[in-house]
Amino acid sequence: MYSYSDFDEAFVRSRVAQFSQQVERRLEGALTEDEFRPLRLMNGLYLQLHAYMLRVAIPYGTLNSRQMRQLAHIAQTWDKGYGHFTTRQNIQFNWPKLPDVPAILSALADVEMHAIQTSGNCVRNVTSDHFAGAAADEIEDPRPYAELLRQWSTDHPEFQFLPRKFKIAVTGAPNDRAVIKAHDIGLRVLKNDKGETGFEVIVGGGLGRTPMIGLTVRDFLPVADLLPYIEAILSVYNTLGRRDNKYKARIKITLHETGKDEITRMVEERFAELRPLFGGHDQALLAEIKAAFAPPAYRNAPVEAYEDFRKADPVFRAWADTNLAPHRNDQYAIVTISTKAHGKTPGDATAEQMRVMADLAERYGHDELRISHEQNVVLPHVHKSDLPAIHAVLSQHGLATANVGLISDIIACPGMDYCALATARAIPVAEQIALRFQELDLEHEIGPLKIKISGCINACGHHHVGHIGILGLDRAGVENYQITLGGDGSETAVIGERAGPGFAYDDIVPAIERIVQAYLAHRDGPAETFLQAYRRLGLAPFKAALYPSEGTQDAA
Amino acid sequence: MARFTPKVVTANALIEGDVVYLTADDRWSRRHEEAELIEDEAHGQLRLLHAMGQGNLVVGAYLADAKAGPNGPEPTHFREVFRTRGPSNYFLGKQAELI
Repeated sequence: MYSYSDFDEAFVRSRVAQFSQQVERRLEGALTEDEFRPLRLMNGLYLQLHAYMLRVAIPYGTLNSRQMRQLAHIAQTWDKGYGHFTTRQNIQFNWPKLPDVPAILSALADVEMHAIQTSGNCVRNVTSDHFAGAAADEIEDPRPYAELLRQWSTDHPEFQFLPRKFKIAVTGAPNDRAVIKAHDIGLRVLKNDKGETGFEVIVGGGLGRTPMIGLTVRDFLPVADLLPYIEAILSVYNTLGRRDNKYKARIKITLHETGKDEITRMVEERFAELRPLFGGHDQALLAEIKAAFAPPAYRNAPVEAYEDFRKADPVFRAWADTNLAPHRNDQYAIVTISTKAHGKTPGDATAEQMRVMADLAERYGHDELRISHEQNVVLPHVHKSDLPAIHAVLSQHGLATANVGLISDIIACPGMDYCALATARAIPVAEQIALRFQELDLEHEIGPLKIKISGCINACGHHHVGHIGILGLDRAGVENYQITLGGDGSETAVIGERAGPGFAYDDIVPAIERIVQAYLAHRDGPAETFLQAYRRLGLAPFKAALYPSEGTQDAA
Repeated sequence: MARFTPKVVTANALIEGDVVYLTADDRWSRRHEEAELIEDEAHGQLRLLHAMGQGNLVVGAYLADAKAGPNGPEPTHFREVFRTRGPSNYFLGKQAELI
């Protein structure tokens, strides 16, 4: 894992000191809220519905055990004993008090963490594949590039006041687990005909009120051109991006309004100016960063004990079937720890659970943890012989739910239970869907199905790319939920199609059940997933299930 | 002209972030029922100005719809109802603290 250089350490410490003084001046009354607000947002501090919220960056979702323990310590000392993992691989604390925030930031700095650029119109936390460096299908670990981008973008003087926030995601595998096509810039590592490494560069994706799938502006960008090219994109966006209208300020709109050809031409022109200014220091730095991401020293040991245990214990087998992913070392597995126990808040972990996961990572997982954009926690490197012991510990702490990729593995934004922007609740809808399908004992029968819920049009819950997406709105003072179907956040990304009129809070879970029953009735056998069935059948059978009375009633 | 809907002045406390309501005697209360129910538009604007002048105590003051109830003003919109009690996924916030 990457460790802070002296420069990183000094920079983060100086920001903590600076913000501590800003908090002090706010409390003394020397700064007004109008003056303080942009300063606190630059340091990840929001004011939400019931309290402040601190969003802490987890760069490319990677943590070690010491950092996870510190998050537990923060949750317990200054918050209410839990944290919320987000769809941008960050963690949010929902109850900090303003005078405590400097101490929290200082505690984060102690473990090489911070909350810088987790808000505001700047380059946000660079996200990545949560299986990076471990996945069997990976071409190269994308995290060194994400770290290079993090260092380049942190406090970059030209890009602190962009027209709007800017999100970059990098994946090193052909199977996209980082939703790169729904980011301002998505990067996919690939090899060209000569075997050289480079990137497919995708620009202008995004969800929110105007969902768009990104467009490829470069099929192959050599590694050495990464920073100047990204800088060229940001530079063109910084010039053209609309500051007159917040809702038209993202690069996806700039791309749409200016046209892909013209933007590409401008980016290439700017790139030609910038490229000579990068004299190779960036590549030297990249080489250093790559060394820090060297694979762990894998253990060579028999795996028969795992195979035997798997055959003998059906509970373990069910968990292994859903929660393990193939590792590049076939003696190893990638473990996804579900933070989606049925009826619980998706993405929440208590301080105790964080410590348990930290201990497991330290003891069995080469000291690495990941946070996925699907709001689960991952142990990326686990020797298969250790899986039974890990499962046993997880079971004792409410962390052994065997549901990864299934209907109860729901993404939900905080919604109106916490967020000041929300128009409806998301968490209780997720809880109730999970409980309902547990009650029906159907989720393994249903198979892979991604439900994603957002509590407002800003789409933090990625509802547009959910196989079933749910968007909570305020319709005339009542919570109302719109359903989209057929969305996909993977390499075959597509924006879901709106099914029709929305449903009231009490009707949304039965509506989801009707969609799923329609799928079970129409699918071409258990091997056809929900998404495949939807692509074959289209909206019609699901719409008929959702609105059963429509065929018999006159159009009003 | 549309009839004025009764309002309360609400904000978040600067230090804790808690939801607070402006009372008729110029205090900031954690309890919605202690808020001053404002039934006149011009008076509402004056009370909001007063609240906005208290930036060292509260943040983001605004007028929220409310109605008279047996124990004092009650919220009418679900968002304001949630603000009186806290999140629905845990028994935390006002629902736990104001018993």
